[in-house]
Amino acid sequence: MEKKMIALGFEGSANKIGVGVVTLDGTILSNPRHTYITPPGQGFLPRETAQHHLQHVLPLVKLALKEAHITSDDIDCLCYTKGPGMGAPLQVSAIVVRVLSLLWKKPIVAVNHCVAHIEMGRIVTGADDPVVLYVSGGNTQVIAYSEGRYRIFGETIDIAVGNCLDRFARVLTLSNDPSPGYNIEQLAKKGEKFIDLPYVVKGMDVSFSGILSYIEATAEEKLKNNECTPADLCYSLQETLFAMLVEITERAMAHCDSKDVLIVGGVGCNERLQEMMRIMCSERGGRLFATDDRYCIDNGAMIAYTGLLAYAHGSTTPLEESTFTQRFRTDEVHAIWREEQESGGSSGLADVGN
Amino acid sequence: MEIDPIIDSGNGALVLVKQGAEARVFESVFAGKRSIVKERFSKKYRHPSLDSKLTIKRLNAEARCMTKARRLGVLTPVLYAVDPVLHTLTFEFVEGPSVKDVFLGFGSNGVVQERLADIATQIGDAIGKLHDGGLVHGDLTTSNMLIRDGTNKLVLIDFGLSFTSTLPEDKAVDLYVLERALISMHSSCGNVMDLILAAYKKSSKQWCSTLNKLAQVRQRGRKRTMVG
Repeated sequence: MEKKMIALGFEGSANKIGVGVVTLDGTILSNPRHTYITPPGQGFLPRETAQHHLQHVLPLVKLALKEAHITSDDIDCLCYTKGPGMGAPLQVSAIVVRVLSLLWKKPIVAVNHCVAHIEMGRIVTGADDPVVLYVSGGNTQVIAYSEGRYRIFGETIDIAVGNCLDRFARVLTLSNDPSPGYNIEQLAKKGEKFIDLPYVVKGMDVSFSGILSYIEATAEEKLKNNECTPADLCYSLQETLFAMLVEITERAMAHCDSKDVLIVGGVGCNERLQEMMRIMCSERGGRLFATDDRYCIDNGAMIAYTGLLAYAHGSTTPLEESTFTQRFRTDEVHAIWREEQESGGSSGLADVGN
Repeated sequence: MEIDPIIDSGNGALVLVKQGAEARVFESVFAGKRSIVKERFSKKYRHPSLDSKLTIKRLNAEARCMTKARRLGVLTPVLYAVDPVLHTLTFEFVEGPSVKDVFLGFGSNGVVQERLADIATQIGDAIGKLHDGGLVHGDLTTSNMLIRDGTNKLVLIDFGLSFTSTLPEDKAVDLYVLERALISMHSSCGNVMDLILAAYKKSSKQWCSTLNKLAQVRQRGRKRTMVG
């Protein structure tokens, strides 16, 4: 067999900068990343985050190549996150990729961040055609594949679920290390009392901003009067938000007659969300596919792998089109690699993940 | 209507027809009539107090809104009985396929344009009547619409997320949910939504404010390309 195709991928759409090296069969050769952590009570701002990424990106490239035991000559293509995400941080990986492309004379492949999460989840778990719940700090979508595209069945109509959790963590001034959501999850385990919060499902869509306003407005008063503890609030918030997510996922499953669910994105590592989803799946006779923080959280390997799928099917991005954008919907991407799988193409991709 | 209030749910009388996301649907016989029993079951993944709150709220909403829709001249199954303890509704058995199956049939066997136009017109007309009467369905998908055998009339089902509202916002979101369901499921049927909206305009007196709002709601999804 000829040499395996290898891709180098760059992810920097939010507060993590990651560089990953993967082969077409989904083997991750290296996947280092660095997270920009802000003090408790604060979120990350585009400018400072971009500076953080600039500082770390080149050492990460060197580390990724070293850990993978390859040199720049072994690489077939360079992949980067085109969007969606924060503008300034996105710019860092776009520029680095352009420079390396000229320096090493390698083609570029632009990748949609959301699609990368889905493809990474599919290859890691072996889920073939699941309903996907993509939940992170910037996105909340229920997605299923149909006719060449990942279609959005339901989504948040305002803020993302991770954003809601992160911002509540700021109210409680929880630590942002390793992530605000993780600290909420740990605190929620100690919660006992369930506090009634708004529950907002509109058809297949959800809305979180009202819940956040409500809990922000009432938390201080409730805590002062000793009506509840911070742990109770975290517990109640998680229970409510996740119940909404499981509900719309189940609706999408009923609508497209699918049994399996794949959870991807940063909030996807939350074990309580996984547990609730698992209960729902088992009631329907389906299976839950979830990954841990190595793959759930933004990383370079997922970008490299998804870019490599496109590259292997003849798609590259010319240098002059290697731009980035804050707005890039999941359903804008033509998933050419899945079409060949569907029509029984013998590219060998269908067996990936076994 | 004089009906025996006790549901005849003796052993073996219930036959499971469908397991939905929130409810189990059984076929049964009620006072000699073929009927459907819809049981809202508790969701084990949800916190018990959240679960009972939602279950009761939706059971009531469904019973109230189903009957209100009939008063507004929209066909729905006839409600026979409500049991708030067992969380069941018993209503008329409607014979016929769902609009989803009809449209998917078009997808694989080619579109029968007249039939498609007829169904779309009926959908638009029915939603117009609901909205003018201050009722928002809340879960308009093609799975929740049936075509009665024989008469070919549209019957709306599943009012669990329905509520009363006269706000253009709520009506527009109602239409938007349907539009998205059509795009994701029936993109091969051509532009059904345009036909539906044309019928909606004729049926609803307040179409203008609703459709203006719909244009705004469409812009709302995140990460869309925005020009200008």
